Amino acid sequence: MSDNGAALLEVEDVHTFYGTIEAVKGISITVHEGEVVTLIGANGAGKSTTLRSIQGINRPKTGRIVFKGQDIVGRRPHEIVKMGISQSPEGRRLFSRMSVRENLEMGAFQRSDKAGIQQDIDRVYELFPRLQERRMQKAGTLSGGEQQMCAIGRALMARPKLLMLDEPSLGLAPILVERIFEIVREINHQGTAILLVEQNALIALAVAKRGYVLETGRVVLHDTAQALRQNEQVRKAYLGEV
Amino acid sequence: MTAESGTARRPMLAALPRFSQQINRVLTWVVVGLFVVWVVGNFINAPKQFVSVFLLGVTLGSIYALVALGYTLVYGIIELINFAHGDVFMWGSMIAVTVSAHWLGLDGSQGWYVTAPLIFVTLLACIAFCGTLNVAIERLAYRPLRNAPKLAPLITAIGMSFILQNAGALVYGFIEQPVPDIFPTKPLFRIGGIAYTQKSLLIVLITIPVLLALVYLVRSTRQGKAMRAVAQDMDASRMMGIDVDRTIAFTFALGGALAGAAGLLFVMYQTSTRYDLGFQLGLFAFTAAVLGGIGNLTGAAFGALLIGLIQAFNEGLSWHTPGSSWTQSVIFSILILVLVFRPQGLLGEAVSDRA
Repeated sequence: MSDNGAALLEVEDVHTFYGTIEAVKGISITVHEGEVVTLIGANGAGKSTTLRSIQGINRPKTGRIVFKGQDIVGRRPHEIVKMGISQSPEGRRLFSRMSVRENLEMGAFQRSDKAGIQQDIDRVYELFPRLQERRMQKAGTLSGGEQQMCAIGRALMARPKLLMLDEPSLGLAPILVERIFEIVREINHQGTAILLVEQNALIALAVAKRGYVLETGRVVLHDTAQALRQNEQVRKAYLGEV
Repeated sequence: MTAESGTARRPMLAALPRFSQQINRVLTWVVVGLFVVWVVGNFINAPKQFVSVFLLGVTLGSIYALVALGYTLVYGIIELINFAHGDVFMWGSMIAVTVSAHWLGLDGSQGWYVTAPLIFVTLLACIAFCGTLNVAIERLAYRPLRNAPKLAPLITAIGMSFILQNAGALVYGFIEQPVPDIFPTKPLFRIGGIAYTQKSLLIVLITIPVLLALVYLVRSTRQGKAMRAVAQDMDASRMMGIDVDRTIAFTFALGGALAGAAGLLFVMYQTSTRYDLGFQLGLFAFTAAVLGGIGNLTGAAFGALLIGLIQAFNEGLSWHTPGSSWTQSVIFSILILVLVFRPQGLLGEAVSDRA
């Protein structure tokens, strides 16, 4: 993907609170069209809150979030989905008492083009053949890996310009993680920009073009993924090297 | 609770569930067994009387079902027991009296071709009024408390119930509001000396399609799927692009509309209503919803049918029957028994929300 693509998403100095606790303390990030950007950092660094702020679930107290040239702070989540941002949330959060197919349909809730929705369901089944096998099964009965596939598929159903993935590798066997990230690459090659939150920095930096390192609600480092992989500090803290 | 106290208590608690589960099962079967013996005994004692009382119970049950569904819909989506719901139902019955008898001048003397369309107009008025009222209650009293601890909206609901009840007394007074027999009362047939009237049948015939339409709406429509999604995970629903506030408002509108229809049917059946109708009948319907498994639509309809039958049996049968002065005690004993021994209700299941 091109280096100097237009900025799709610009987060500028966003502060977000849970009650009186400041979870995000002035984060600025940029995602260009068609780019994979990763946020890495430990538990509680503010990664998920950043995604929730972008999605409009947690409204930032101050700061600007500009998507496709429009400030989206204060817009309601369903409007933001309609503009082209969707996510596979932390902990997957499928509708456990609905079937796999119904879950996918819910992902397309803002759309009304029946033919297009069916086409996208087929596309998700193509990416994840396991989901097609289990399409009538209740989502709560799927294995962890299948649930992750379903959550990613569901997020894709909105036909997002920007797909946000929160910890897609969490709790999965290494071989499944590989498979999931292959598909993340494939989704990106089809033109969707991806904002990837990961604790598994090794694989995140392998897929992403650029990365931001978050610590306690702040960006402490940002660079190209390649540079971050070489970075002494990152290697020690996140890549498990001594 | 700290982790230490948890492990310290475990040995004692671990012994308890096995013991109480057995007692649970035995007691459940004893209660169900006694009930069956009582029903069969009554049937043998006076079969004709039994059949007519049964039919009466079905009519009562269908009215309760419409109200019970309102409790269950709202509980299903925001886990709130909307205690004001019974009073919305009371308002529905009042509006039915006002519109049909006072405004449209129906008194049962008109032919069916006049009565039927005007009753339909009354029904629309009741549905519109109660739907709007319920949405307004949600907007003013419950939405601001969406993120508050669960006790806050619950107490607000009780307060809302008092407000509606007192407003009813203010507008309509503390006396019975009578309405003439507008629904046809000709007996269709007689069993055991008790007539089964056209209006009893009419009420069942109106209720059944409403229930079927509701089940279809929740199972298969876009709006219904949004309701189920919001019921399962509000934040995830937001991320999917569902307007959660609108979906909740829609649920309240639907519950209110059902209560409005129930209000009309009830007042046409009983030919009078009062400002405190919602208190007793609301609690009956709530019991029905809990009995069937709160949050479960089929369960609410089934529970309501059972409560209607039990009330009719209790008031109409003669073999070892407590009688009408005991109806409330019997029904609330059922509520207590269900809450103690089967809190998930008859049709409810303890569903895991893992995902």
